[in-house]
Amino acid sequence: MSEMKTAAYICQGCGIAERLSTKQMAVVAQKEGKMQVVREHAFLCNTEGVQMIRDDIAREAVTHVMIAACSRRAKTEAFHFPEITLTRANIREGVIWSQPESDEVQEITQEMADDYVRMGCAEIKKMKLPQGAPNKARNKRILVVGGGMSGLTAALESAEAGYEVVVVEKQKELGGWAARLWKCVPAKSPYIGPADTGISALIAAVTGHPRIKIHLNATIAQTGGAPGRFQVQIAGESGATTTEEVGAIVQASGFTGYDINKLPELGGGKSPNVVDQAGLEQLVIEAAKQGRPVRRPSDGGKVRSVAFVQCAGQRDGSGKHLPYCSGHCCNTSIKQAMYFKDANPGTDTAVIYTDLRTPGMGEDFYRSGQNKGVTFTKGAVSEVMTDGDTCTVKFKDLILDEEGSIEADLVVLATGQVPNSGVNIDIPEEEQAQARPVSILNLTYRQGKDLPQLKHGLTDSHFICFPYETRRTGIYAAGPVRRPMDMAQAVEDATGAALKAIQAVENASLGRAAHPRSGDLSFPIVRLEGCTQCKRCTVECPFGAIDEDEKRYPVFNESRCRRCGTCMGACPVRVISFENYSPDSIGSQIKAVDMPDEFSEKPRILVLACENDAYPALDMAGMQRNVYSAFVRIIPVRCLGSVNTVWITDALNGGWDGVMMMGCRHGDDYQCHFIKGSELANYRMSKIDDTLKQLGLETERVTTCQVAITDSARVAQLINDYAAKIAEIGMSPMKGFA
Amino acid sequence: MNELNIKYHNNFLMEVEENVEEGKWVKMCMQCGVCSGSCPFGPHWAHPPQELFMMVRAGKRADVLNSDSMWMCTSCYNCVVRCPRKLPITQIMHGLAAYANHLGMAPKTQPTRDFSLLFWKNCTRTGRVNELRLTLGLYFNDGFMAGIRKGWAMRGIGLGLMKAGRLNAFELFKGHVCKDRKGVHAMLKKAAEIEQRRKHPAS
Repeated sequence: MSEMKTAAYICQGCGIAERLSTKQMAVVAQKEGKMQVVREHAFLCNTEGVQMIRDDIAREAVTHVMIAACSRRAKTEAFHFPEITLTRANIREGVIWSQPESDEVQEITQEMADDYVRMGCAEIKKMKLPQGAPNKARNKRILVVGGGMSGLTAALESAEAGYEVVVVEKQKELGGWAARLWKCVPAKSPYIGPADTGISALIAAVTGHPRIKIHLNATIAQTGGAPGRFQVQIAGESGATTTEEVGAIVQASGFTGYDINKLPELGGGKSPNVVDQAGLEQLVIEAAKQGRPVRRPSDGGKVRSVAFVQCAGQRDGSGKHLPYCSGHCCNTSIKQAMYFKDANPGTDTAVIYTDLRTPGMGEDFYRSGQNKGVTFTKGAVSEVMTDGDTCTVKFKDLILDEEGSIEADLVVLATGQVPNSGVNIDIPEEEQAQARPVSILNLTYRQGKDLPQLKHGLTDSHFICFPYETRRTGIYAAGPVRRPMDMAQAVEDATGAALKAIQAVENASLGRAAHPRSGDLSFPIVRLEGCTQCKRCTVECPFGAIDEDEKRYPVFNESRCRRCGTCMGACPVRVISFENYSPDSIGSQIKAVDMPDEFSEKPRILVLACENDAYPALDMAGMQRNVYSAFVRIIPVRCLGSVNTVWITDALNGGWDGVMMMGCRHGDDYQCHFIKGSELANYRMSKIDDTLKQLGLETERVTTCQVAITDSARVAQLINDYAAKIAEIGMSPMKGFA
Repeated sequence: MNELNIKYHNNFLMEVEENVEEGKWVKMCMQCGVCSGSCPFGPHWAHPPQELFMMVRAGKRADVLNSDSMWMCTSCYNCVVRCPRKLPITQIMHGLAAYANHLGMAPKTQPTRDFSLLFWKNCTRTGRVNELRLTLGLYFNDGFMAGIRKGWAMRGIGLGLMKAGRLNAFELFKGHVCKDRKGVHAMLKKAAEIEQRRKHPAS
């Protein structure tokens, strides 16, 4: 791109011209915005309007376009000009729809529109057309870590989609837990009895697949690189390593059963007649091999009665055991009770539960269990006594409200799933070694060896919107390592993760961002000569995209980056920027508004709104005509994490009366699309009080709030409440100095 | 090998399945408690339906059969309409009551049971219900003096009915009889035989 030629287009459609003087906006764009071409149009998004812009691009060599029309979230297909730089001023949702229609407020409404035009003109001059990451990585092979149900499914799905796959399995054979089951809970209609696991067919399909390479008895010694160019060292049994280059990784490392020996009060480890669910599968498989019914392990006696104890060491409130529900165990116990009922209806089977949870089509399966005569008893088990060859399960019957007991030859404890998730990189290294010494991926990332975890050792992902995404781009968790689940869910999970891995390698090969800004060609550019090596960017990057070189300067791995801009927000010397999003592109907008003087009674409130949730909520507030104060000027940001404190100080120095930051919910049940962005912003802003005091300003002049995409009514209320507070504390004394 | 304690084993459940009308449904209860919550008599029962079903499964044979709970059912069918598992709860309640009665384990002084027995005797004897005898039978059920007191208290209604021609004092002595009384008796006998054949009551 040689020379910048700017153009502003002002739409008169959707009632804009009836409410506002577009002529005045055009004058603002020309005189103050210094736009070289300024045009008004009655209906900009129609064929004629779009053609007008195209003609200007072709004939007048326009390179930078500012469109003052609807929200940047609307009409994106009409206003799609990939060859030029574009920004939008939100006049429809942001002004005429969110402001009341009356002559009294005409003046302040027009001021609002004029300011958005000024801001758009200021921003466009600071933007460049993104060129895509320079280091395009083109390896499209997919590494699958783990050869169980999830891993094999992910491998087969990827291979069937045409991608080369490498499978690494720690054990000497494929199959994982699924291969150690006699039968599984049915995943297909009619859901009435145990079904074949299908694992042998899956193993055969994977083993015989021409695009799948398998490493057995192997672990991962080291993983370095980035999506599209991961270098993975695979350690074989002998200790020798082979290096595989892959584009993306699916981590399906599965789970370990909760140790039954930690449950001595339930007879765990005290008697061979008390087993966990995996132990029972083993007994059933052994019996089937010998063609006999299951026998009592202690003496080989007949099994007349089996008791299943649900939630053994799970959903535990005492802090001693697993606090969560593993999701599959109720269905699994029903299935196992059916093993006995199907073989001999005379065998008594009792499932003792506090809450029976049968997800999926489990309700049909549960009903079938009842039909087969499995007894379901709502009770809280207190103790399993293991004297002699029969066990006694003592429990409180929660329906009859009395103490009860069942004598059984075999007791099956439904223990939970513990994820095989490697080391917890958020705890100090000494503790890591103590807690769980085995790393799965052995990443060479500056931020730690394994995928970050959220809670209970489960990998962190945006649970609602992007479940497969981890906090390491190009590495996807699937199956019980991500959250406890059953086999049918694991299959679905693995398929989803395979799809995400394919998207990752494709995006990386084009130099584009992966989710949630997928397709974004911009990437962080650092001006190293200004860098002070403070390491904030490397520490705060939620995705571990930034390493350090030998001189301790940050090294950006573009294909690991999600383009949230958290590094840009972190940088105290502002040397990190994107081509189309930078400290300057926002800063110039903050400075561009026409600031009324202290005595005008027209305060100005800057709203920095997260474009993922808060900005759409604001748009929807407009659509629903939820009126908010005309004194706000809203700037969308990629994530609150990208907000640099310089913007806040610039705004306050420039005479803005208040700054509102709207981001997603943070904390354990965060909604932030970039996981840590809103949390970091909140943390940074908690430290801004001192700055405010130094400036002699009230601390209320900067506020952060959590907004969800559904808050279209609340967001208007938040603005109005804040505007009322600003009116109460009065106008900023800083006006007229900048 | 020593015998296992039968508590929470299927013995009684099997017995109920074999002998109680719609008894095979008891195992299908999922203990949600909607029946207990829907029952207009709920608070007055010792054991609401959900609990009775659990007691059956827990093998509490005597507690279930001696209970007067199932006798409290008024057949409003609220529970049947609401049961998410579509259990014929009303029928099971009557089935359990009939089975307890059959075994002689039903509570001896239970008003519903008393009335039912009186009604059955009254209507099967002649093939039609003699309302005056049924009413008086109920009044004198608790002894002679109690019968007199109740009759005296209700005299206004009785005289009113007589005036309106709705009550005939002579019914007390002879009363109407259905045309084919012997046929009715034969029918009932046959029905009892069929029932006997179908069920195999526990000894």
